[in-house]
Amino acid sequence: MSLLEMKNVYKTYGDLNALDDVSINIEAGEWVAIMGPSGSGKSTAMNIIGCMDKPTSGQVLLDGQDISKLSRRELTEIRRDKIGLIFQQFHLISYLTAVENVMVAQYYHSLPDEAEAMEALERVGLADRAKHLPSQLSGGEQQRVCVARALINHPEIILADEPTGNLDEKNERIVLDLFRQLHAEGTTLVVVTHDAEVGATAQRVITLEYGKVTSEDGDISFGKGSSAIK
Amino acid sequence: MTGKTSKQAMYLRMITASVARRKSRMLIALLAVVVGATILSGLVTIYYDIPRQMGMEFRNYGANMILVPADSTQGGMTRESIDEAASHIRSDELVGVSPYHYENLTINATPMVAAGTDLEAVRATSPYWYVEGAWPSKPGEVLVGLQEAETFSLKVGDKVTITYTVTGDDGRDAIEENPVEFTVSGLLDTGGSEEKYFFISQEDMESLTGKELTYNVAELSIQANAERLQEIADDISSSVPTVSPQVVKRLTTSESTVLTKLQALVLLVTIVVLALTMICVATTMTAVVTERRKEIGLRKALGASDRSIMMEFMGEGLLQGAIGGLFGAGLGFAFAQLVSTNVFNSSITFRPILVPITVLAALLVTGLACTIPVRNATNVDPALVLKGE
Repeated sequence: MSLLEMKNVYKTYGDLNALDDVSINIEAGEWVAIMGPSGSGKSTAMNIIGCMDKPTSGQVLLDGQDISKLSRRELTEIRRDKIGLIFQQFHLISYLTAVENVMVAQYYHSLPDEAEAMEALERVGLADRAKHLPSQLSGGEQQRVCVARALINHPEIILADEPTGNLDEKNERIVLDLFRQLHAEGTTLVVVTHDAEVGATAQRVITLEYGKVTSEDGDISFGKGSSAIK
Repeated sequence: MTGKTSKQAMYLRMITASVARRKSRMLIALLAVVVGATILSGLVTIYYDIPRQMGMEFRNYGANMILVPADSTQGGMTRESIDEAASHIRSDELVGVSPYHYENLTINATPMVAAGTDLEAVRATSPYWYVEGAWPSKPGEVLVGLQEAETFSLKVGDKVTITYTVTGDDGRDAIEENPVEFTVSGLLDTGGSEEKYFFISQEDMESLTGKELTYNVAELSIQANAERLQEIADDISSSVPTVSPQVVKRLTTSESTVLTKLQALVLLVTIVVLALTMICVATTMTAVVTERRKEIGLRKALGASDRSIMMEFMGEGLLQGAIGGLFGAGLGFAFAQLVSTNVFNSSITFRPILVPITVLAALLVTGLACTIPVRNATNVDPALVLKGE
């Protein structure tokens, strides 16, 4: 059984089909990149996989559970228990320190544990920056805090939205290395990206165009820096 | 390194961090609460102190209770019965007792009326009396009402011979005359009926008339409200049968009226200030929620329930309410002291109970003010954080 299954999913906004009969399977432990140009439906797909939106029709199974018909509250619980989120804009809480930002995810999930939060920061190489506020951290450091926050509750799936979109090359490499480690440890990763190089690091690439899946594992040829991937 | 933290500890850590590290944002709301709580605490202090202050103020307008003989056909009241009546009044309420013995006397065969009284006590019961010159301070001195001074062409320092005439049983034939020379120590200007009399000490009156004094009237100045005065009057009536106490309605009624109006005004101002504080806090919290939509979206994306979001924002609001309330309670007392010193010319008593009351009121106002903005916070879509806006 796949960890995530989208079956004939439609998402309609008025006359616009943001997702048009999309079917995707993601296995546990897989590293998948979802790529596509602007307006292709990447964000809509990400919202649905991340339990932040519901499809207009079709089925979405996460760990065997149909999440397409769940209430807002039930979706919140799934998001809290099973999903780790990484954002392009980092979205750290400005008035909390790095370690406190990680603990916020624990707070909503179960019990905050500062020692465990520190371990997560250590893992992303930021133990010495734990007491710093986001404004005192570089973009790369902020994204690494975001990664530590995403993995602190041992989610079944980590969803990353353009995780390197705001990073320089050096920090992009650090974040991708972290993803490699997580993948090696068996974490399921779904990365939405414009960047072909980032996409190329994934095991499998799903390409969306005009709300449809146009290729899986195939060559991609759009956007800047397009390149062939496996 | 500490281990597991309780949910409550993390909750407090988050809301205190938000208030402490976002000082500039929180300052306006906090300032509104401080101002509101200061005025609330100040005005409530004044509200409770007004009766005392007004009572003291009204004591300047003279006696608010008089004692007259219960049966006037039996002559005047004795000093003992007046003292007994006064003993029914608590010492912290009784400002003064002035007994008056009125006597018809003559100056150069012209009749006039003089009152023998305890001049020291009169100064306490009638502080509004204006004396040109000085109050009589030794035997043989007289205080002359302004009208009488004009009638008899007297001025301060003049000598005047006052004669007491002992009459026969029919009250007409003079049997014996007793002239005594007095010095005018001062002229009395009150704008009232007191200007028609001469005032001498009880001792001088006794030596002039040659008899033990009984009193026609005693004026009492009591620091109490209308109800308490009536209670005292009823008490004296039932315990001292020889005297009849009467509350001076003119004074007590106007004191009650002024008091009620002042207290209503203070209450109204307090309500208006609290309403304005609530509007200011609500506006600031609305701005805070709008400004922090992304943070709310993030918290929801991380799995925060609507209840958690409401609790966090409400917690921040209430923390500000508590801080503002505490500052306000202290500043309010200073404010009340300032008002009291400038308006009533006396200091105010600190009431510790007002500290928790002010904090509770501040919590209530901020809580109410936060309700709508906090509810709005739960409407934020968690997908907002993914849109990169």
